[in-house]
Amino acid sequence: MFSTFMAHAWIVATMVAVVAGAVGFFVVARRAAFAAHALPLGAFPGAAAASLLGVSQLLGLVVFSALGVAAIARLQRGERREVASALWLALSLAVGTLLLGFSGQYVQSIYGLLFGEVLGISRGQLVGVAALGVVALSVLVLFARRLLLESLSEDLAGAAVGRSSRLEWVFLGILALSSAIAVPVVGALLVFSLMVGPASAARAFTDRPWRALAVSVALAIGTVWAAIALSYLSNWPVGFFVGVLSAACYVAGRLHGGGVAQAA
Amino acid sequence: MTDPSMALAVEQVCIALGGRRVLRDVSFRLEAGEFCGLIGSNGSGKTTLLRAILGFVRLEAGRIRLAGHSAGTGLIGYVPQKIALDPGLPLRARDVVALGLDGARLGPALPSRARRARVDEMLQAVGALEFAEQRVGLLSGGQQQRVLVAHALVRRPRLLLLDEPLANLDVRSTAEIVALLRRLSRDYGAAVLLSAHDVNPLLSAMDRVIYLANGSAVAGRADDVVRTEVLSSLYGYHVDVVRVHGRVVVVAAEASEQIHAAVARNPEHTAPVP
Ligand SMILES: Nc1ncnc2c1ncn2[C@@H]1O[C@H](COP(=O)(O)OP(=O)(O)O)[C@@H](O)[C@H]1O
Ligand SMILES: [Mg+2]
Repeated sequence: MFSTFMAHAWIVATMVAVVAGAVGFFVVARRAAFAAHALPLGAFPGAAAASLLGVSQLLGLVVFSALGVAAIARLQRGERREVASALWLALSLAVGTLLLGFSGQYVQSIYGLLFGEVLGISRGQLVGVAALGVVALSVLVLFARRLLLESLSEDLAGAAVGRSSRLEWVFLGILALSSAIAVPVVGALLVFSLMVGPASAARAFTDRPWRALAVSVALAIGTVWAAIALSYLSNWPVGFFVGVLSAACYVAGRLHGGGVAQAA
Repeated sequence: MTDPSMALAVEQVCIALGGRRVLRDVSFRLEAGEFCGLIGSNGSGKTTLLRAILGFVRLEAGRIRLAGHSAGTGLIGYVPQKIALDPGLPLRARDVVALGLDGARLGPALPSRARRARVDEMLQAVGALEFAEQRVGLLSGGQQQRVLVAHALVRRPRLLLLDEPLANLDVRSTAEIVALLRRLSRDYGAAVLLSAHDVNPLLSAMDRVIYLANGSAVAGRADDVVRTEVLSSLYGYHVDVVRVHGRVVVVAAEASEQIHAAVARNPEHTAPVP
């Protein structure tokens, strides 16, 4: 379980968990869980396209994530974020279906993209994930206070900066980057569970914002570590355990913060 | 900009929303430290005017000047009308005030003794110290109001805008909040522009009043503005300003006759407000 073969898996999963836990805090605060689902799933055809073209999968994911951000942010001007996310998701899945039709022989890798394939991570991928993760986290730290203020109230944030502007592009950009690195590990279908489960549990355990963010990161790390270990022992897919354990985090949070949950 | 005593000057402002003219040629001034009521019924444009002062709404014509700045420098305290704070958000009352101090800045917030002292002082000033450590979304409406006033004032703005802060408060809390805002305005040297649909709770506190109706505004001292001739001309039909037991009732002509009659019959009781 701790052989060099597994070392990449542990490292990359930890990096993904740190990013997903931190970004997830704002996903939950901004009530953007659906966008956090639509972006990674909508990016997965990018990986399919990349394997058809024979270029890096991560590149395909980043390109399609960026397209998703642009589409959601633009459509959002006329529609609500849920509607914008749904439109993007429908469009990109249609493209994905087409690409799947072209590439019948890639079924195994497509399965990995949807449900996660933590064991196949190469050294090159590892470096890519680390680089993008650092970028995502740096931008997050830079805008953390304003993102938090916006989560409290857009009007208050607008009054503080002197205009009614939202950080939606910044936020979606961070979300897209973290999705791109998380998809190969956790799987497009389950990325958002890792973002939403630990983060929504964390807010039941503390009333302090930055402490809640730290708890969210810790729970996300715990989730992926346990998922890898269980997957190794049982030979079941990692994604299954990530999904189940994320949901377990959420349930634990609800039970712990019963009073808060009821008041909400 | 030449006049240091000016806090806000609204000059011939016209605003159209969704193709409809909401405000037409609205002009008034606020002197530094003045306490001013912005009175108008629902849909008269109070929120729109306040949001225009914040730079959220584009002006069709006219200009808005702030003490030493042009609009949109972020040095205005603002308490919005409808505040639905998410009870799930892990944010204490204290954190909300701290976000008022430096929430617009980039980078992580470094805790410091000075920062904490300023937040504490502000919490104390609005009477929110006792619930400072509680999650803000779980506080009562009145408590949240105090926290948001502290959030708005902690950077010591020269101008504080409050949108209907008295809505949904009972009579006693209304009087308390008005007294508190009046005192804070003096202590912090901030001009206050406070919107309301009822002028009465503000009558004793206001230095100046602005009435909005039909897209137009009249501004001045309360005694000069809250009068039968002035308001009749603003509303475009005859209204009577009736003063009963220290309260002001503004009524259309027909209803006012009934009130006069009722008061004449039974002067011990306050006339019904239509
Ligand atoms: N975004 C908008 N688009 C079109 N009309 C609007 C918009 N916002 C407000 N209005 C209209 O402008 C008028 C003034 O609204 P508002 O400023 O909210 O009034 P108040 O705060 O005094 O109740 C109302 O008639 C309202 O319907
Ligand atoms: Mg309003």
